[in-house]
Amino acid sequence: MTWLSIIIAGIITYFTRMTMVALVDRDLLGEKIKAVLAYVPSAVFPAIIFPGIFINDYGTFIEMNDPKIFGAIVAILVGYFSKNVIATILSGLSSYWVIIFLL
Amino acid sequence: MFTKKQLFTKGILAVAPHMFSVIPFGIVCGAIGIELGFSPIMVYAISIIIFGGASQIVFLQLLSGGASTLIAVTSVGVINSRHLLYGAVLSEYLEKLSFIKKLLISYIVVDQGFAESNKFFQKNKNQPYLHYHLIGTGSTLWIFWQLSTLSGIILGSFVPEELGLKFAVPLTFIAIVVQDFKKLDHVIVMITCGLSSLLFFDAPYKSYIIISPIIALFVAALVLRLKK
Repeated sequence: MTWLSIIIAGIITYFTRMTMVALVDRDLLGEKIKAVLAYVPSAVFPAIIFPGIFINDYGTFIEMNDPKIFGAIVAILVGYFSKNVIATILSGLSSYWVIIFLL
Repeated sequence: MFTKKQLFTKGILAVAPHMFSVIPFGIVCGAIGIELGFSPIMVYAISIIIFGGASQIVFLQLLSGGASTLIAVTSVGVINSRHLLYGAVLSEYLEKLSFIKKLLISYIVVDQGFAESNKFFQKNKNQPYLHYHLIGTGSTLWIFWQLSTLSGIILGSFVPEELGLKFAVPLTFIAIVVQDFKKLDHVIVMITCGLSSLLFFDAPYKSYIIISPIIALFVAALVLRLKK
């Protein structure tokens, strides 16, 4: 039963990836929709970022002094000025670790 | 003009920095599966069959928590429905591929690969063979995802939870969007999405992950109208 559900979940996931690329004719999308699609990264990724920072493993809001907020702010500043992905990730993680392990 | 090989290499290099988050997250994913009591073969098969970071964890957590398979499968579908948006964006650059190639390349469309390849495509619209860039990002992510979940399965409970390695996930996406902080229209769309995701976090089937982008895209449409 579990195996069957894994396979069905896999097929559904594959369809989410494949449908718009292979099955839907792009000409069906109007010019307005195409213009809006330019915002997809900005419209999708914060839905991963915000809960990843502000909501803990138990599904509740974190305190305002949570080290993840500090880590995120450091990552944003380092990322903005360095334009470097590795520096962004490592600065965020290490500043988070400094707070939870050293302070 | 770039050759196919150059595009492929550029794709690999563009996504390589994100491995600093993909690897820890993959290890966590593998370790959680074992911790929840699933067999190593099953946990690993999920990485190949579903191949979708967070949705894999949710799937196993729901099943181990006694949820019905229908709920677990629906949640995976809802979480991964955001790929429909990636596909809609990428289809412009993949239009000319044969149907079979479209079917094959679709399997490796993942968040970070989409993000980095899309950035490249926007700057190099008229290049031929652009899909080689996407193959570079997608296959790199695929290989490292498989290796890291496998390591997580083997290491299992040796991965200290206190490290909070899952925190690498929001950081990798901060790195993707942070340069758009200069653009007010993008900032408005991002804040709309972010606040919506917190507001709808408890919506069923983790649907906040697609509800908030839809709201944000409506706001983007409004912003576009105001800009004219």
